[in-house]
Amino acid sequence: MTETTKARRVGTDKPPTRASKLLQNRWAGIAGLLLALLAPFVNATPYALSVMTSAAIFVMLAAGLNIVVGYCGLLDLGYVAFFAVGAYTSGVLSTRFDLPLLVTVPAVIVVTVVAGIIIGAPTLRLRSDYLAIVTLGFGEIIRITANNLDVTGGPSGIYGIPHLTDSPVIFYYLTVVVVSLAVLGAARLGRSRLGRAWRFVREDEDAAEAMGVHTYRVKLAAYIAGAVWGGLAGVLFAAQLSAISPGSFTFLQSALVLMAVVLGGMGSIPGVVIGAVVISLLPEFLRDLADYRFFIFGVLLIAVMLLRPQGLWPARSKEVS
Amino acid sequence: MTQLVWNGLFVGSFYALVALGYSMVYGIIKLLNFAHGDLYMIGAFIGFAVLGAVGGVSASMALPLLLVVLLATMVLTGLAGVALERIAYRPLRRAPRLSLLITAVGASFALEYGMRAAAGADPRVYPVRLGGTSVEVLGARLTLQQLVLVGVAVVLMFGLNLLITRTREGRAMRAIALDPSTSSLMGIDVNAVISRTFFLGSALAGAAGVMAGAYYGKIDFLMGFLIGLKAFTAAVIGGIGNIPGTMLGGLLLGLLESFGTYWLGGEWRDVFAFGVLILFLTVRPTGLLGERVTERV
Repeated sequence: MTETTKARRVGTDKPPTRASKLLQNRWAGIAGLLLALLAPFVNATPYALSVMTSAAIFVMLAAGLNIVVGYCGLLDLGYVAFFAVGAYTSGVLSTRFDLPLLVTVPAVIVVTVVAGIIIGAPTLRLRSDYLAIVTLGFGEIIRITANNLDVTGGPSGIYGIPHLTDSPVIFYYLTVVVVSLAVLGAARLGRSRLGRAWRFVREDEDAAEAMGVHTYRVKLAAYIAGAVWGGLAGVLFAAQLSAISPGSFTFLQSALVLMAVVLGGMGSIPGVVIGAVVISLLPEFLRDLADYRFFIFGVLLIAVMLLRPQGLWPARSKEVS
Repeated sequence: MTQLVWNGLFVGSFYALVALGYSMVYGIIKLLNFAHGDLYMIGAFIGFAVLGAVGGVSASMALPLLLVVLLATMVLTGLAGVALERIAYRPLRRAPRLSLLITAVGASFALEYGMRAAAGADPRVYPVRLGGTSVEVLGARLTLQQLVLVGVAVVLMFGLNLLITRTREGRAMRAIALDPSTSSLMGIDVNAVISRTFFLGSALAGAAGVMAGAYYGKIDFLMGFLIGLKAFTAAVIGGIGNIPGTMLGGLLLGLLESFGTYWLGGEWRDVFAFGVLILFLTVRPTGLLGERVTERV
């Protein structure tokens, strides 16, 4: 690559406006959490609760993908594969061995870490575009494998996965708590030493390498962290629906998560959370536009990259003034 | 056995045609054009529309008519590719690679679901169907139409190779692949050459789309997704950016799939193909004929 291509940053250096100051405020996160906690008091029909729970799980997915794409600048087009790995691991273990779902969580973490290493280790040494398309292939491999194997129930999937709680309201609150912790964890990771290394790799991999950052290890760490986040979101998903099938883990899902991250603003936690909520709730409000929805999403992706590459709610760098 | 080889070569020639466009674009501007598979789909639908406009024809005229339609479709799909480059890729030529990849994903989405909105979600049945008589050669059953399609694919590929190695235009392309800014100092209109590269690559994808439509008989708006992935795999196997390597990779992937299907069963075909991709990237990321390139800073 030539030097000019590295000049543009993913974040923005413009002075913060009033709106973005509000978003950066530490109370913004607490306000968002309060909003999520109070929502069932406004509308607690089973339908509304399931929509909100799905939105919360989607936020967790977006937070996980944000580690890979937003912090580290690695394009993962098969992120839903880790979601599937998590959901299927906990689903298979809990139905075959009659385990409670909570007990499967350590296994899920181990399996997703292994999956992350298997796919990340060979490709992270190469140019980042290879990673994009290999992850796309990996997403297909996982979906087709789940579709073909007997242990995963074939095309009809697994059903009868035990719920975490019987009440949908309590499950919603549980999800919100887990997701908040996951989002907070991702944000803390982003501010850590490792997070700074990730952003350095994103901005200029060669310079990072020259400054002594072990870029390969750092990239693999981002990839594994993203995999674990996705896998845990998969456990929540399995617990919510109690039935999973390969149809839930298509490329479309991966693309939607990516869209949430890109629209919200890569690397910006508040942006990504808002992006995920918007992307997951929008279809509920735009039922009439169902046919054009994905077309609009595609055009929007291009438009955002051309006009506002930092996303709608961009990250503000605290390191550069 | 020979049947497996023939099936593999037949499917492989489709892969090679689509992979060539991928490989050319990647070779010149280092962009993975995710929307390339969707240009194949657009080609199939353009061919469908053109055939529909021509109306019914007798079976004896099907093949010559198809060749004319093929040419028309190639031109139209090529123009679609040029438009795509102009709108979605050119403004970002100096942007970080991540932005470019994301635009390409967006373009792929917009093309797929734009076509769905325009033509409907149900598969369309191609008005001209190439079935027909089969002949036995060395124990393999192959039809005349298959032979013609492979012949067309081979002619297109050789034409492309001649264009790139023997003409001024091809020399300009190779120069830009080496160093775009120096090429422009040497009087090469870089943007124009990149446009023409997109035209050629998209035209080949469009040709493959029409051929697939006429052979398999059914087209739908998602048909480009899988073949885009397969074409990339083929390009990686042969060495992305290398034209003869890409052709070889396409044929090889077709053969591998054909034998893989025989051993493992059809439901594992795609898993097998992508497994090969990951294996190749681990063991020999530059592909069979690719050169080792060092990253310039």
